[in-house]
Parts: sequence; C-alpha cells; structure tokens
Amino acid sequence: MTRLTRRYRISASHRLHSPALSEEENRRVFGKCNNPHGHGHDYTLEVTARGPVDERTGTLLSLDALDRLVRERVLDAFHLKDLNQQSAEFAGAIPTTENLASAIAARLSTHWRQTFPGPWPELDRIRILETRNNRFETRLAPPR
Amino acid sequence: MLITRRAEFSASHACFRPELSPAENHALYGPDANPHGHGHNFVVEVTLEGEPDAVTGMVFDLTHLKAILNREVIEPYDHRFLNHEVPPFDHVVPTPENIAADIWRRLEPHFPGQNPKLRSVRLYATEDLCVEYEGGGR
Repeated sequence: MTRLTRRYRISASHRLHSPALSEEENRRVFGKCNNPHGHGHDYTLEVTARGPVDERTGTLLSLDALDRLVRERVLDAFHLKDLNQQSAEFAGAIPTTENLASAIAARLSTHWRQTFPGPWPELDRIRILETRNNRFETRLAPPR
Repeated sequence: MLITRRAEFSASHACFRPELSPAENHALYGPDANPHGHGHNFVVEVTLEGEPDAVTGMVFDLTHLKAILNREVIEPYDHRFLNHEVPPFDHVVPTPENIAADIWRRLEPHFPGQNPKLRSVRLYATEDLCVEYEGGGR
C-alpha cells in the first residue's frame, strides 16, 4: 500500500457566526473569528490518495488528473473567495475549518471516480491547516 | 510508540519509459519526463514502531538509525543521477513511488524482528508532494 499526498493552497475569508446564538454568545464562542467584517487565512490543503503502484508506470495516480480534479472542484470554488457569501455550502452553515474539510471531502468524494475509474486509487484523507498552528483532518477510506 | 528519523539527499532523476514516445511520456509523467533529468532536495522520513526498552528507555538508538540511513540510502543516492548511477533505476522508473519502495527494501533487512519494526518510509520530492510506503503489496 502506498499513499501519495499533494499539497494545495487556498486563500479565503470567513466569519464564524451562528444565527442560533445571541450576539454575545457568538462573541464568546467564536472570539476573534466572530468579527463582523470577517478575516482571512492562507489555508493549506493536503489531499492523500492510497492504493497500489502501477507496475508499468511506477505511479499511484496521474498527478495531472489529481491537480485538475482539485482545481476544478475545490480551488475554483474556494480560493480567493469569501466562504460565507460565495460558496453554496456555507449559505446556511458556519465556515469553520471542520466544515470546510467536510465540504472539500464531499466534493472530492463525489467526483473521485469520474477522475479515477476502477477500485484504485482510493481517496484516503483530507487535511487542512488553517494556520501553522491549527490543522483538521478527516479520514475517508476504511482503516487497513 | 513511533519514532521517526529525517534525512535529506539531493539527486537528479528523469521519469520516462524508453519504449514510449516523448509525447506519451509527457502525458504520463508531465515535465518530469525530460530525459536530461532534473533535481530535487529529497527528504526522507523513516518511522519505526516498537516499545521503549525497559533499561535504555529507547525504542531504537537514533544514532544507529542515522548510520543505517546514511549507509543504505544517503550515501548511494546523494548527488547522483538516479537513472544512471543507482540500480534498480537503470531499468525501474525513478518515480517518487518507486524511490520510496526502494528505500524500504534497503532498510527492511535491518529490522527483521517486531520490536522495533519498520513502519513507514515517507519521501518528499518537494514540499507539495509526499509519497508514503508501508511495505506489503504495492
């Protein structure tokens, strides 16, 4: 089993605010991230695939195909955008990085087999660094 | 417990299969197919898994691991053109996937038991591309 991890960058703004909470509760729960004008991050996205290496090519997957999938389904949707106002996922959801990770996982899972038909490679893991100090990870393939 | 040792080597490689046309190779490997080669500052991370020894408190002597890594990987790979100078890359395409598997093969004989055992080899071709091999079927 081999895993391949590719890193991408997403610069986007967001504001963490729940309409279910009062102004004061929002400030308490989300702290600085509740600033009404929003703020931005240079997120680092790591996409991991796993599977066997093709004996003839020596590769797990086509990097070109992976880059195209991530660009078309994720970067075009989120990079240099305001997450609250410009993405369908966050019209009614809070753009925490947990939710951003889930949204990216859903987008890639939905379109994965169009890009990579057949059983391999599998989409293994999505990891997002919000800053150098915070990272969020969701595992998508069953443990092996 | 997992312990990891990191090391770097600088080497050049070219990813192409001689039986394919330049266009086919470019479609498969992108710019890495340039037959003249190009270089990277590769980073390798070797992870061992085991229980700390009751007396020494160590899973494995990291100095010893460094020496093994230097002898088996860094010395043969560093400042070489992998395709021309480092078998099996005279006939195996030196993709990051194949380099990680070759590093595993070089290190595995040093860890025949279960404590510690070789857990994974991670190879960074660039900051943005990492391949991890854990042995077994490819």
